[in-house]
Amino acid sequence: MSQSLRPYLACVRQTLTAALSLSDFASQTSERHNVPEIEAASSPEVLLNPLTVSRNQEERVLVEPSINSVRVSIRIKQADEIEHILVHKFTRFLTQRAEAFFILRRKPVPGYDISFLITNFHTEDMLKHKLVDFIIQFMEEVDKEISEMKLFLNARARFVAESFLTPFD
Amino acid sequence: MAPPEVHHLFHAPIADHSFSSDRETLAVARENIVEIWSKSNDAKGFRHLDELRGHDKTVTGVDIAPRSGRIVTCSQDRNAYVWEPTGENGAWKPTLVLLRINRAATCVRWSPSETKFAVGSGARTIAVCYFEEENDWWVSKHLKKPLRSTVTSVAWHPNGVLLAAGSTDGHARVFSAFIKGSDARPEPSAWGERLPFNTVCGEYLNPTAGWVHDVAFSPSGNALAFCAHDSSVTVVYPSAPEQPPRAVVSVAAHLLPFTSLLWSSETELLAAGYDCGVYRFAGDESGWRLTGGLEAEAGRGGERKEESALNMFRSMDLKGRGAGSADDTKLSTVHQNTINSLRVFPSSQEAVSQVTTAGVDGRVVVWTL
Repeated sequence: MSQSLRPYLACVRQTLTAALSLSDFASQTSERHNVPEIEAASSPEVLLNPLTVSRNQEERVLVEPSINSVRVSIRIKQADEIEHILVHKFTRFLTQRAEAFFILRRKPVPGYDISFLITNFHTEDMLKHKLVDFIIQFMEEVDKEISEMKLFLNARARFVAESFLTPFD
Repeated sequence: MAPPEVHHLFHAPIADHSFSSDRETLAVARENIVEIWSKSNDAKGFRHLDELRGHDKTVTGVDIAPRSGRIVTCSQDRNAYVWEPTGENGAWKPTLVLLRINRAATCVRWSPSETKFAVGSGARTIAVCYFEEENDWWVSKHLKKPLRSTVTSVAWHPNGVLLAAGSTDGHARVFSAFIKGSDARPEPSAWGERLPFNTVCGEYLNPTAGWVHDVAFSPSGNALAFCAHDSSVTVVYPSAPEQPPRAVVSVAAHLLPFTSLLWSSETELLAAGYDCGVYRFAGDESGWRLTGGLEAEAGRGGERKEESALNMFRSMDLKGRGAGSADDTKLSTVHQNTINSLRVFPSSQEAVSQVTTAGVDGRVVVWTL
């Protein structure tokens, strides 16, 4: 793990641990409903201040806590066009399978690549510290994954170009 | 100090729990039913006895009246029921309470006199309910005035007239819930002298306007404590009616917020919450401080075992991790998830010697102080 990644992830971990203090809270605007307040945003007093943790201009995490839900949005590093395409394809692959991931939001928050929505029902069913671990691990792995894909893509492009240009040699 | 007595009832959150005064019966709120557990004769465990069905949304509060044994429950379906034992084969008879609220009910507590109870709700109201003989039903009067958001908790003063309420607008308030006809005129106290219904005797804002999770009156009723989402516990000492309080002491803990608190004596508070442990606060008007956790005091004997080479290789083989990395799915605390309610374990003595906690992990734990 690189030197600047460690404090970044430690900060995100602390923020998430504190933000995951969720309780069962029924809607106070619509009768007999229990909705994630961060999505409904119908009562301002149950929303907390959103917080951005950023490592550099490219990589940042937005944590928006509320009384019964937390929205975590991640901006994945995209250095060039190829990485941009790869990130888009990768997050699209995940969000299309959002049911299997439980906490994944179908649509990322504008300006971010992937969003998670954790409600009090998730923290009741699953272990809170393991949910934090999952997001941290995801952040750790996703950069590695993207750069691996990029290397693979470049190698393949070189190979294709080589075999295409051989007849003209 | 005795180690805590842990009862793992089921794998579902317990929103609230209550013991009967003889410690034999335990009522827990599990999703939309209330389960009655009784102490089994053979071991120290509890066995499932009965369930109270009637609510169709999550039950948020349950309270057993110590003397009459009646159970009051409230739920997010906007209703509250009073369950009375009928005597024949342990059946319970529900009576619907006319709450007249149009949002979820969030918490319920019997008054010390057991003739009335208070239900907090998401409709920015507290319904104070009492039994009306002529119509044979429970009716309610509403406390509405300065409440600006969901009421998260209610607590009764020992005199049975004053009611404290915490709310998500960051205030803890003290009201008069005097019902003409059923209550005797209360003794004048530091909170107020004349107390008609809906008198606001005190209104205290959390410094950061964090949601107030729980409120509690001290055993004498001369102090009020509340815990808020900024991990603080605030204790208020009133001076005289209509006067600013004598002292407001706030302690910020470097822990996750507390969801529940109780007074074990005039100079000691216990609080539990998102950190999954029970913590002790001690102090008086001049200042309060966090003195430690019950978990650490009780010790957890027999947990740490000597790691043998065989175990190390077995763990590497089965779980793919060495002995150095311990099994990190289990927390080191007794509760494995947030503690939702902390209550006094009923006893014949005056002093609090045991408390019980119930949490999201489906455990009920009895702690000896």
